[in-house]
Amino acid sequence: MIKSFGKYVLMLYYIFLKPEKLSVYWKRFLDEIIQLGVKSLFIVSLMSAFMGAVLVIQTATAIESAWIPDYTVGFTVKQSMLLEFCPTIISLILAGKVGSNIASELGTMKVTEQIDALEVMGVNSIGFLIGPKIIASLFIFPIVIMYSIFFGFLGGGLVCYFTEIIPVKQYILGIRAFSEDNFIFIRYALTKTIVFAFLITSISSYFGYYLKGGALEVGKASTNAVVYSSIFILFANYILTQLMLI
Amino acid sequence: MIQVKNISKSFSGVEILKDISFEFEKGKTNLIIGKSGSGKSVLTKCIVGLFEPDIGEVYYNDRNFLKLKPKEKKEVRKEMGMLFQGSALFDSFSVEENVAFPLRMFTQMTNAEISERVNFCLQRVDIINKNSLYPSELSGGMQKRVAIARAISMQPKYLFCDEPNSGLDPVTAILIDELIKEITVEYQMTTIVITHDMNSVLEIGDNILFIDNGVKKWQGNKDEILNVKVKELYDFVYVSKFLKKMKS
Repeated sequence: MIKSFGKYVLMLYYIFLKPEKLSVYWKRFLDEIIQLGVKSLFIVSLMSAFMGAVLVIQTATAIESAWIPDYTVGFTVKQSMLLEFCPTIISLILAGKVGSNIASELGTMKVTEQIDALEVMGVNSIGFLIGPKIIASLFIFPIVIMYSIFFGFLGGGLVCYFTEIIPVKQYILGIRAFSEDNFIFIRYALTKTIVFAFLITSISSYFGYYLKGGALEVGKASTNAVVYSSIFILFANYILTQLMLI
Repeated sequence: MIQVKNISKSFSGVEILKDISFEFEKGKTNLIIGKSGSGKSVLTKCIVGLFEPDIGEVYYNDRNFLKLKPKEKKEVRKEMGMLFQGSALFDSFSVEENVAFPLRMFTQMTNAEISERVNFCLQRVDIINKNSLYPSELSGGMQKRVAIARAISMQPKYLFCDEPNSGLDPVTAILIDELIKEITVEYQMTTIVITHDMNSVLEIGDNILFIDNGVKKWQGNKDEILNVKVKELYDFVYVSKFLKKMKS
């Protein structure tokens, strides 16, 4: 356990060593933005829209009362999507999609000696392979989460429009209600996202990069990457919530 | 020239290499031969610095590689080219990008100069009009050729080849051997080839080191190996009944 943590810290140290050539790293950074962020947009928008839609139906049926105004549905959707569903649940989904992708990519490179090839050439393989992934995820994940929040609201709005479970105007009113705390909530959501992005990419990279063995271990590394990323996301979520919201 | 002095290496208490010393000569194809698991790959990885030996020294033209500072080690590494057993081409890069990679990473060459150098290296290994293909679209022999092109793109002083013809048919294997031999002489490199293929040994073995169970058992050249008296090497060379019959 301590040895693994030491290796993880050492890996982080190598990431921040001076790059051999910035232009090559810049190209990798752009590639990783596409690989980690842009290619996740479809699944993120789909999940977010359905989460928003389901939340509207569940909330509307749960608070069917003449004493509670309709806009409460919109407000509940906003709070749930902004505080928890988008930053945490979408990050857990990204841990599955992106985390397993990173671990299997690096694991395969290890097994097929591509990482050894980089080392023999004199390239800092950790900095070259993992560094751009971490920096790209820190940059693109908050954008993906903002995008997810938008689609969550949109999904809820579409349900209101097509089913008339509550009037669309009331839903929008709820989304816009009590907006004076929005900045604090968005800051909280984005801070969580940045921490989760770091955890997903660094933990997954660790399992892929330090893989030992053959093809079978690549599968195990992918599974470990997802499991450990998810566990650490849940821990970090609790700690950040305690620190930032109370 | 590369000199290896008293190299020993253990993993989890099991001694893989035991006090190996050898001199790999410039402009020659130096072979490390031995059975599977004899320690050939570990020795090579110790020489290129992928493993650190427990004891011993490795000299690249009188520079003690293991004592160099990380920055100086990087400079020596730029003089190395390595051909891996499975080619180790980068899957996500095209043929051209693979060969261009070290040039982009370590030189200030312009795109036009890089392109010219890449085409020269690819033509040298007889890969023509395949620049935009990806490694998965190439045959095993072609992948090896592209890997050789990548290894020589920086005009290395030292070339390492880990079982360059494993998994190849005998005809392609001989072609790869001949190519390695040609470029070694052409660029006056110190080439080290790990193999257990006797065809390669007899074809390109200018200077041969035989390892058995991590111990250096014999050194010589391809002309001497057929008349060898060392039992372990004799058993290795004359492994088939056919060869034994031919010998007798």
